[in-house]
Amino acid sequence: MNSLLLQVCARITSPLQIILSLILLLRGHNEPGGGFIGGLVAAAGIILYGFAFGFHRALCLLPLPPISFIAIGLLLAAFSGIPALLAGQPYLTGLWPNLSIPTFLAGNLKPGTPLFFDLGVYFSVFGTVLLMLETSTKNENSP
Amino acid sequence: MNLLLVLPIFLPLVSAAILLLIPSAKLQRWIHIAACLAHFAASALLLCEVLRKGITASQLGNWPAPFGITFVADTFSAMMVLITGLMGFLVAIYSLDDVSSEHQKRGFYSLYQVLLMGVSGAFLTGDLFNLFVWFEVMLMSSFVLLALGCSRHQLSGGVKYLVLNFLSSSLFLTALGLIYSVTGTLNMADAANILKSSPLGISSMSAAMLLMVSFGIKAGLFPLFAWLPASYHTPPVSVSAIFAALLTKVGVYALVRVFTLIFTIQVDFTHDILIGISLITMLTGVLGAAAQYETRKILSFHIISQIGYMTLGLGFFTEAALAATVFYIIHHIVVKTNLFLIAGAISKLKGTAELKKIGGLYAESPWLALLFLIPAMSLGGIPPLSGFFAKFALVKEGVSLHAWLSVFVALAVGILTLYSMTKIWAEAFWKASPNENGDFGLGDAPDPTPTSSTTPSLPSLPASFWAAITAMAAVTLAISSWPQWLFDLSERAAAELSTPSHYIQAVLHSKQ
Amino acid sequence: MENLLAITIGAIYAFSFYLLLRRSLVKVILGVLLFGQGVNLLIFTAAGLTPDRGAFLKEDGSLQPPYADPLPQALILTAIVIGFGVLAFTLAMMHRLHRETGTDDLDELRSDEFDDPDKPAP
Repeated sequence: MNSLLLQVCARITSPLQIILSLILLLRGHNEPGGGFIGGLVAAAGIILYGFAFGFHRALCLLPLPPISFIAIGLLLAAFSGIPALLAGQPYLTGLWPNLSIPTFLAGNLKPGTPLFFDLGVYFSVFGTVLLMLETSTKNENSP
Repeated sequence: MNLLLVLPIFLPLVSAAILLLIPSAKLQRWIHIAACLAHFAASALLLCEVLRKGITASQLGNWPAPFGITFVADTFSAMMVLITGLMGFLVAIYSLDDVSSEHQKRGFYSLYQVLLMGVSGAFLTGDLFNLFVWFEVMLMSSFVLLALGCSRHQLSGGVKYLVLNFLSSSLFLTALGLIYSVTGTLNMADAANILKSSPLGISSMSAAMLLMVSFGIKAGLFPLFAWLPASYHTPPVSVSAIFAALLTKVGVYALVRVFTLIFTIQVDFTHDILIGISLITMLTGVLGAAAQYETRKILSFHIISQIGYMTLGLGFFTEAALAATVFYIIHHIVVKTNLFLIAGAISKLKGTAELKKIGGLYAESPWLALLFLIPAMSLGGIPPLSGFFAKFALVKEGVSLHAWLSVFVALAVGILTLYSMTKIWAEAFWKASPNENGDFGLGDAPDPTPTSSTTPSLPSLPASFWAAITAMAAVTLAISSWPQWLFDLSERAAAELSTPSHYIQAVLHSKQ
Repeated sequence: MENLLAITIGAIYAFSFYLLLRRSLVKVILGVLLFGQGVNLLIFTAAGLTPDRGAFLKEDGSLQPPYADPLPQALILTAIVIGFGVLAFTLAMMHRLHRETGTDDLDELRSDEFDDPDKPAP
């Protein structure tokens, strides 16, 4: 697809979508949002860019291949349960250290182990959607 | 104990992720082996812990019992996780030289780890919906492992496998909906606690039957086993061996868990159905095997008939019969996996597993013949070997319950099993190679080196094949020589299964 | 309301079983898909319907008695996601199967006919 209008829009909205996905991720523990939605929105940003400029170029934007995102996400989620074990609690118990970091978009951020779990979900969903995209567009090019 | 309960799931998950990140094929192989060994070690520690402290439970995320997800290990589930770890490790060794580099590139190792994770999760969870999720984890990875490579017979077998298993999962979910509407909980211990007082109503009885059908499909019980022989002979040998070891047994495990813990009120109805189904399963499986001439197909049908023995013990529903079931499952997993690996070795040597096209293996590879004989005779139930003790315990319990029909069928199926095993023995090992008889032209054999069967210069088996096969035969021999310790374990597991109050107590009143 | 939903669920189950028994693989997969939806609806109904009520806390964190049970909703969400994954895989596999064999008739997909690597597939 070669549309100037879409290309101009995509250049602006794609980064915005990534930022929006981060906001969704950070506010997700107590309010609507979270890693799953955040990952989908971020992937949608990349896909929009792909519609405007071609999927190959969109995937080249990423620092890592999609499958590595899945792996990193799985590792983050799996290890987010470990601190609880070290503290003598059951696996995956949420630990909230007494910290509060001001972010200017999503209120004050309280980092805890569930945040890392959510981050893991975010990366896995992001990677999965992009992997589907990568596989299906690859098939189209070489039938 | 929190740590030990999670490790059999945590380790495969982490290693699956690491394997995705690492591009080097050589490094992947070592990580694959190390991960399986670690999983095995963790499951051994878990069993020790359970033997020392009794039933242990861990409430994930520290949500109290009926609300959160509970992980429980009693002796039965810890034994199942341990045998999963052992088989996972040995088949992993075998897979090093069995799986093509094409498969490795497409993520065989990661999928294998995910499969181990799903199976261990299904054994350890104490929550029905969580059980469904682990089933799906296991099935998704097995779908992909089955279809990797995309040859046409893999695909057509895979489609049947997929559709029937999806049907089974949907029936399982339907049953969950019904159980939730009756009890308001999906925690197995809590549901058992609520359902134990009154006779089953329409909803809970339909849920029980739906669960029986659903787990029956997964276990390969009588009317709906068609997916198993249609698909198990198509993927690479290590994949079908690990499937044969674990997948159907998860179905059996779920049946045992649900029908010893939750639905124990109307035993004369539910468990009598189980007995009937088991008997028909045993017969159809063994008769189906008699008609086959492909090694792995014969073995697939035998899985079905042996599953019948396991659920027969559950159907009797006495403590001794449950102990026999547990013993049977453990013995069967080792033996059947080994037979699949040997079938793989045969087709590696001969280029095909069609019994009519091969022969003369006894002369060419007497060690393989000996190693085949151990699990084959054990499967048939020949006295000094482990299968004899398993069948003996079951039949003895049948005699003391005066279930003469069951005893008769169990013995007859044992003899028919022996017939199939001697068929493989006679066709593959004993008879002369068909090329020498002139039955088949050389052009017929898909052997890459057509002269190999006339001259003794066979393609030799890699060391990893020998290691895995010999280790499994050694496990069988160990069980056969000292059956008492496995019997003690099985009896302990059966004692826990037949007094569900301990399990309920451990889950609902655990400190954490 | 429960009765209406019960009848709907029954109809969906009936349709999906009809589709599952067809020979065409596409229809079988449609049946599987429909079955999944029926099951979700069944869980939702079996858990009890609470019209006009959400599963949310109030502003002050209190909860007023007739509120919807959030658990079945979570279960259905999980089941939908899993079902979606399985369905995506099924479709990809069917696409591949159709390209390899050129048929979607289950009667023609007998895996034992392809056992022999020498024999050309029919």
